[in-house]
Amino acid sequence: MSETAINILVGGEAGQGLATIGQLMTKALVRAGYEVSVTQDYQSRIRGGHNTFAIRTGPDPIHGPETGVDILVALNQETVDLHRDALKEGGVVVAGEGIEADDCQCLRVPFKKLAPKAIYQNVAALGVLGSTLCGEFGILEKLVSQTFAKKGEEVVKANLAVLRDAYDWVKEQDYSFACMPPAPQGNEGRLMLHGNEALALGALAAGCNFLSFYPMTPSTSIALTLIGKGGELGLVSEQAEDEISAINMALGASYAGARSCVTTSGGGFALMIEGVSLAGITETPIVIFLVQRPGPATGLPTRTEQGDLNLALYAGHGEFPRALLTPGTVEECFHLAHLAFDLTERWQTPVFVLSDQYLADNYRSVEPFDLDALPETSSPLLSVDDPAGYRRYALSEDGVSPRLIPGYTKALVKVDSDEHDEFGHIEEGPENRIAQNEKRLAKASGLRGEVIPPELFGEENPDLLLVCWGSGLGACLEVSEILTDQGKKVATLHFKQVWPLREDQFMPFLEGAKTVVGVEGNATGQFARLLRQETGFVMDGMVLRSDGYPLNAEYVLKALESLV
Amino acid sequence: MATVEDYGQFETAWCPGCGNHSILKALKTALAELDLEPHQTLLVSGIGQAAKMPQYLNCNMFNGLHGRSLPPATGARLANPKVKVIAVSGDGCNYGEGGNHFLAALRRNPDITLLAHDNQIYGLTKGQASPTTAQGQKTKAQPGGQPSVPFNPIAVAVAMRVSFVARAFSGDEEHLADLIVQAARTPGFALVDILQPCVSFNKVNTFGWYKQRCYKLGEEYDPTDWGAAVVKASEFGEKIPVGVIWRGDRAPFEDFAPGGGKRALAEHRVDKAALADVMQSFA
Repeated sequence: MSETAINILVGGEAGQGLATIGQLMTKALVRAGYEVSVTQDYQSRIRGGHNTFAIRTGPDPIHGPETGVDILVALNQETVDLHRDALKEGGVVVAGEGIEADDCQCLRVPFKKLAPKAIYQNVAALGVLGSTLCGEFGILEKLVSQTFAKKGEEVVKANLAVLRDAYDWVKEQDYSFACMPPAPQGNEGRLMLHGNEALALGALAAGCNFLSFYPMTPSTSIALTLIGKGGELGLVSEQAEDEISAINMALGASYAGARSCVTTSGGGFALMIEGVSLAGITETPIVIFLVQRPGPATGLPTRTEQGDLNLALYAGHGEFPRALLTPGTVEECFHLAHLAFDLTERWQTPVFVLSDQYLADNYRSVEPFDLDALPETSSPLLSVDDPAGYRRYALSEDGVSPRLIPGYTKALVKVDSDEHDEFGHIEEGPENRIAQNEKRLAKASGLRGEVIPPELFGEENPDLLLVCWGSGLGACLEVSEILTDQGKKVATLHFKQVWPLREDQFMPFLEGAKTVVGVEGNATGQFARLLRQETGFVMDGMVLRSDGYPLNAEYVLKALESLV
Repeated sequence: MATVEDYGQFETAWCPGCGNHSILKALKTALAELDLEPHQTLLVSGIGQAAKMPQYLNCNMFNGLHGRSLPPATGARLANPKVKVIAVSGDGCNYGEGGNHFLAALRRNPDITLLAHDNQIYGLTKGQASPTTAQGQKTKAQPGGQPSVPFNPIAVAVAMRVSFVARAFSGDEEHLADLIVQAARTPGFALVDILQPCVSFNKVNTFGWYKQRCYKLGEEYDPTDWGAAVVKASEFGEKIPVGVIWRGDRAPFEDFAPGGGKRALAEHRVDKAALADVMQSFA
């Protein structure tokens, strides 16, 4: 695949510290200026099992994960047994003594000697790994110092000694592994962020100040980032008793003036659906972060899938408009989270950001976001000219009525889950019903007017066009590049918004390609069906993945062989 | 000065003789007594006949979903200290569909007054057993008699030592209004469980039935004596105490939710410098 990238896979049991080793190594690589793409695979258990933390890294842009492994860091025997076959030619196993890896090149680390206490093993592994890649010691040194600074000078000193020993030990070993090519210049000051952190930062940048949630993998780290980082920015949060409460609490807060969101995954969202409908009829803004994982029901709780598009699209009884944003990269997570808060406030209807476990946990090297360049998020009204005549649901051409926050004026703000008149009072008459229903539905055309166009990567009239949404982007881009290098005309069309859809934005691309293949992380091609429903366009073929693992270039290429 | 007239007069969809009429009157009296102007008052309701209360009052209103009056009330309370939050709904709404929210509210103790209209029956759906229907009481849906024992909201609220727990009878409007005033003046969660007849569907717990049994707690009763409150909370049958059953000193939820309920979140603006610092913590 990418000539310059290498793939490091750290494997072991939950609780052995592999995520710590992985995160430290990733941060060192980001600080050194490399590109990274992290794929985390873990099981639904607290200790034990088999988990992996894969870092694909190099000096050039990286689109996504790969299967082949260059450096296999094995914290237990199972890691070698399970991933030995994925080891590439010239690859190396890094393992402690007592782990068998006879038929591969193995760097056998005397962890007991290098790390006198078990708690130093993570730092020893970092030293070994950093040295194997010929990383600068200074970067590792600073990272370890900062990581342990809170624990006091003694701890920092002890860890630095372990780091130095491990780093030097590698230099004395007789093995062959090519150093990483030098990192490009100008990448200083980048951030190490995964999708969920970027969603949280985007929310905070939009002024999000209220979160209610019920913890659910893989969405929880959005909530934890909002709570951990948002407190000093004025965010109020509450862990609700259940998802039903979470969304209702967020709606109450939004009504009363907060910029609200909820974070959840499929099963939790299923419980929120009644509240989505409430948001629809009361026209109360809310952002719903729905981080997908495989269902049905509990499914594969820690794995990835793009299986909840239909759920989000049709959630809620009755008819009301909505928008579904589907970021494909960590950067898009930030920007679409920001946009979601603006859209929901302006159109007073629920807005979804659909991510998935892969993107949620996908650490990347990201330029700090330019906060000054962000547009101001729209706000509700705190004053009104004629308080006595104020009508929360005043009829209007674009379906949007003045949203006033209660308590600021003498005007009364009445919202009602029953069909209501312009003042917010129950009104069951047919004329009113039609007027209010049409008012709400009218917002759909406004939302459609500002749909983010899908992005085309490659030529406009390719022989093969890959159509994807959300996190499927990376795999498709890599496939496009590989096939283009082979002299083929391949392009990728990526949807970062899957609802509403505007034919004029994408039909020319679909019609201009010889062969169009949909690529989705689900078993039934939900987006392809949606496109067909809306436009009548039928894909020439589908690449679908629903085994719980993310789409990657190898998978897509292999599937294409039997299609094209 | 806020007056009863400020809260308006509306035609209701309630049956003649329904206890809701006097609860509405008592609430208006209480709001005037509290000197809350309509725009300073927020009524949050669930679904049911009791939940229609905000429709018949001039005030801010969030009329939400069945069983879900307390979550949006909590959210609104955390977001906006400019309005007094009062949740209104029935026994089915609060103790059945919304049972988990009721329990969570007792744990949180948010500064919300909950007026639970308790007629021991589902009225709007025409007469099924509610969580407070007596065991054995026959209905169309429970022809062999309600098999479960009734939920005791008062006892549970006392057990959780929320700020204020009272039982009222809709037949004594003046007393009810006074209890609502006391509840609203208490920081923290205030439950007023209001016994009321359902003239259409509860032929057992009639106006006369309550009238005969309800007695006012006297001066000698000390609502700050938790042990006594636990005992009093369980008294329901031939004699039913009405009045303040328990008055606690638990701090309201807002004291623990950082920034919650103290700042108006609508006035929040993004502090870009602080956010840039936050962003740098990922470098």
